[in-house]
Amino acid sequence: MKYLRFGYVTAPLLGFLWTFVIALTVAITMSFATGSAFRPSGLGALIWGAGLGFACLPGPMWKPIVAAIIVAAAGLFGFGPIVIGQGVSGLSSVLGAGATAGFAALGLWIILDDVDFGAINRHVSEAALIKFFTGFGYIFFTAIVLIPFYVMVLTSLKNQAELIQNPLDFSIDLSKGWDLFRSYDELFRQFDFGIYLFNSFIISVLTVFITLLFAVPGAYAVARLRFRGRAAFSRSILLIYMVPMIVLALPIYIAFSMLGLRNSLGGIIMIYPVTTIPVALYMLQGYFRGLPAEIEEAGLMDGLSRLKVIWKITLPLSLPAMASVSLYVFMIAWNEFLLAFMLLDDPSKFTLTRGIASLNSSEIPRQHLMAGSVIATVPIMALFLGLERFMTKGLTAGSVKG
Amino acid sequence: MSDLSPPKGTGPLARLEAHLAWGLLAPTISAVALVVILPLLAIFWISVKPVSLSDLRAPEVVIREDIRGDDEAVGDAASIRYRLRNSSQDQPIRGVTITDTIPEGLTVSEIDPRCTLNGRDLFCDLGDWDGGFRESLMIPVTVEQAYLDNALRPQDSTAQTTGRASSMLTNGTFTFDNFKRVFDGDEFWSVLWVTLFYTVFGTIGALLFGLFAALLLNKSFKGQGILRGLYLFPYVSPVIAVAFAWILLFDPFSGSANALLIQMGVTQEAINFFGQRPLALIMVTLFEIWRYFPLSFLFILARMQSIDTDMYEAADMDGASPFQQFWYLSVPQLLGILSVLFLLRFIWTFNKFDDIFLLTGGNAGTRTLTVNVYEQAFAVSNIGAGAAVAVVIFGCLLAFSFFFFRFISQEEGL
Repeated sequence: MKYLRFGYVTAPLLGFLWTFVIALTVAITMSFATGSAFRPSGLGALIWGAGLGFACLPGPMWKPIVAAIIVAAAGLFGFGPIVIGQGVSGLSSVLGAGATAGFAALGLWIILDDVDFGAINRHVSEAALIKFFTGFGYIFFTAIVLIPFYVMVLTSLKNQAELIQNPLDFSIDLSKGWDLFRSYDELFRQFDFGIYLFNSFIISVLTVFITLLFAVPGAYAVARLRFRGRAAFSRSILLIYMVPMIVLALPIYIAFSMLGLRNSLGGIIMIYPVTTIPVALYMLQGYFRGLPAEIEEAGLMDGLSRLKVIWKITLPLSLPAMASVSLYVFMIAWNEFLLAFMLLDDPSKFTLTRGIASLNSSEIPRQHLMAGSVIATVPIMALFLGLERFMTKGLTAGSVKG
Repeated sequence: MSDLSPPKGTGPLARLEAHLAWGLLAPTISAVALVVILPLLAIFWISVKPVSLSDLRAPEVVIREDIRGDDEAVGDAASIRYRLRNSSQDQPIRGVTITDTIPEGLTVSEIDPRCTLNGRDLFCDLGDWDGGFRESLMIPVTVEQAYLDNALRPQDSTAQTTGRASSMLTNGTFTFDNFKRVFDGDEFWSVLWVTLFYTVFGTIGALLFGLFAALLLNKSFKGQGILRGLYLFPYVSPVIAVAFAWILLFDPFSGSANALLIQMGVTQEAINFFGQRPLALIMVTLFEIWRYFPLSFLFILARMQSIDTDMYEAADMDGASPFQQFWYLSVPQLLGILSVLFLLRFIWTFNKFDDIFLLTGGNAGTRTLTVNVYEQAFAVSNIGAGAAVAVVIFGCLLAFSFFFFRFISQEEGL
């Protein structure tokens, strides 16, 4: 750490690391976007990054700009921080080399903001390090989150032959027009995904309603009313919330087989709410506790019964909590896989997740599988992005459920 | 003057309140009892019974009826044939009888000694059957005009059968073989080791990633909301969709990750990420971290935003460097939520089934206890052994939650 407190050490070190990160990012991005050969070069990043580091120390603006142009030119001629393979189109090459040099210089300019060439104090060197890690963190997390979804969406738009020929080439041929969405079309026409979508939707909505119907009175009782065994009850909720589904799934499977409830949506609707009631109850009671009891007492004094108080005072006050609980329960029911997988065998009664599982066979092309995944993901994402505020609150309100 | 003292015991109002509370809780309690408590008891029961997947249906008499020989003219000799078998290969059925109606116009010419004919009603007492028993019962008949006139054929009237068979699920046979099977051999220990590796590293990894992400977003800037929403994607999307996306991404033949690694010169030949022994376990653990870091991120971020900023200003004035501030101010403040998250996530990762099941199916050294339940019960068709594994899981869970409640009562929040 002590050696880091000299500008002539910090600048080239961070320069190298940052340039490498940027070169790697650009190489992956360009490869995924065009399918052409781009790769970062450790040696190039070391030499050019160190140079960029010195150039980006505080000083006149022209220094980093000139340095970036030199690095970009070096990249184009094949000995920069990013190596561009043979036969890559001119535009991609310029874009790749330019982006690498530009972002590297820009990042370093910000990172090395206060760093002097000579000795620097602890604050400055740590601030520079933190800025580097922040930049790295943004790139890293965005990349790991986006790449699987990017692969999912673009695979669904291509066909098997294209995929095997160059697994990196995700560029889409826009001239195909609507033909791009062929997998989706086939899923809806031949695989009944419309029905699955509808089933999933109905099941999730019903699950939300039934869950609230059970959980609201229960949560109110636990939060407000005094009775013997309240503490024990609220602990056992948490305990039940931790029982693994697979342990319950086995006897439920046996019971449903014997009662003939397998392969029926009714059976699924009976079972889903029970898995979500403890969560909902737990989240709601936390919220109810936070409501001022005085309002309810005022209602009681004015002659309302307890049930009326819940209906007319508590519920309207807790609409935001109800929204987040509903969203969360909807999400659990929509994403549920294990029970649907075990209990449903009849293709006309599949939920979306079960339907996707049935696409996982060697006879069905991969793009169908991915198109199915997109169909399942898009509604929940749309709902989630639209109501993100509620969702975040709902998730933190008491759910640590997987 | 009457005696003024505070009331003792529960008053009528308190009793009313307790009644109301139980009334409000009753639906939840009954539903949970039905779907959670009952299955748990069932798991204990099944775990000491030698039940396999085929025993789920009690053995029964399977009967097929048809007519053999000519039945086209008056006086033709034909016979009604009953093909009978025991649906179970090893379970006996006791006291098997069949009852059927002989159609109009067929005269029974000779009758099996075990059967009696009363008018048109045939009754046969076939005694006890062993497992796998099968027999053809022939009833010779003569065709008359009435038979040719009406359309009723022997197979049109369904034969009724009776028979007592004990279902493996409810009878009194008990065994400890299931537990012996589960604990026997090296398999159990390797499964336990895999479970522990997956749980410990999955939990710690998700916490560290979550902490890092929370540190990144604990400041307001343009696009903070978008990034926060984006970082929650892995958690919100259906597990089956993202698991298949990962499988595709890391496919050894047409996966983009392999193509990328080869192009960058990291490896010469494609790596089978989900099919090799140590690598598959690391990959499923990484998947677990990837999928659940958003959850820890959200909780840690919420806690961070509630820390008073004055403290940091004071520390700044006193000359504490950024790392010192993090280590001596933030970490102690976050320790509570981190430990609660660790415990809860630990339990939940321990319980996780879908992720590994979808990614590797428990192959290539990734079989955890939960996957083992499925493997034993459905792949090997030994429900009893699956239930025994489930009992082991439940035992671990009880131990964890005991620890959890001891610990959590001193901790904040949850």
